Amino acid sequence: MSKLTEVITYKTKEEIEVMRSAGRIVAETLDMVSKALRPGITTGELDELVEDFIRSHDAEPAFKNYHGYPASACISINEEVVHGIPGKRVVQEGDIVSVDVGSIYEGYYGDGARTFGIGEISEEKARLMEYTEKCLAAGIDMARNGNKLGQISAAVQQMAESHGYGVVRQLVGHGIGRKMHEEPQVPNFGSEQDGPMLRSGMVIAIEPMINMGTYDVKTMPDGWTFVTTDGLPSAHFEHTVAITDNGPDILTTL
Amino acid sequence: MAKEETIQVEGKVVETLPNAMFRVELDNGHIVLAHISGKMRMHFIKILPGDKVTLELSPYDLTRGRITYRYK
Repeated sequence: MSKLTEVITYKTKEEIEVMRSAGRIVAETLDMVSKALRPGITTGELDELVEDFIRSHDAEPAFKNYHGYPASACISINEEVVHGIPGKRVVQEGDIVSVDVGSIYEGYYGDGARTFGIGEISEEKARLMEYTEKCLAAGIDMARNGNKLGQISAAVQQMAESHGYGVVRQLVGHGIGRKMHEEPQVPNFGSEQDGPMLRSGMVIAIEPMINMGTYDVKTMPDGWTFVTTDGLPSAHFEHTVAITDNGPDILTTL
Repeated sequence: MAKEETIQVEGKVVETLPNAMFRVELDNGHIVLAHISGKMRMHFIKILPGDKVTLELSPYDLTRGRITYRYK
């Protein structure tokens, strides 16, 4: 379906290099988080570390005040899918903790997320995390010049559903650049024929949100936190990826 | 940070209202109140009753929409 208003912005090589700097700050932040995470730390303390870390790298936390979001990181534990607001909640042994962070560096955005296991976690949770990461890898592998965007969606869905997992539908990945959310939407489900053609210069955030049970999610009364409706755990991995003539280029990496 | 998906639907304009608002009948028979997207306003795209349009709905309020495209 053609739509006049769907404006995909293409980035020059120079712009992609600035976005790589923004992305590296995101990757370093998540690396710092992996070392700070331990049973007993509160999500609020973790959020403070994230904000300080991003600011000390000449960047701004992208999520703070985004449509009124009150923190720098989204920290979503177990059945929380995404957009968990950090606060007094204490991280426990056996939890899986999804941490999503964004940076703004010289006007450009980076966006990435990882799910971490705290201490000994159940085999089911470990497998969910493993396959969510594989979903992301399968999606990134399709982020090539000349492919349809739907090939990313279909690859993620195929990887998740063939292993019995639910793919969240209400939330999607997105184009990214001078704004956090740009066109196109990057769903984690759908047909290979869907969506626009991918072209070199597009930069997108691919972010599978994979549930152990149903794909269905709902918002909590805080207006932000998404949880699974069946209460089963969910995992979330995300990279900001540039589409280049040489294939997918992951910007949110160390 | 994940984006909340918007739902895209097609419909037919049944009535123009003040303030660039329109009543649109969707293909499934539902009537929604729709405003026109900023970009269409900038380009002075006129919308008249009977026009076929594409609109975006929010998953949270399916009674309101945003017209993003008018078919010729």
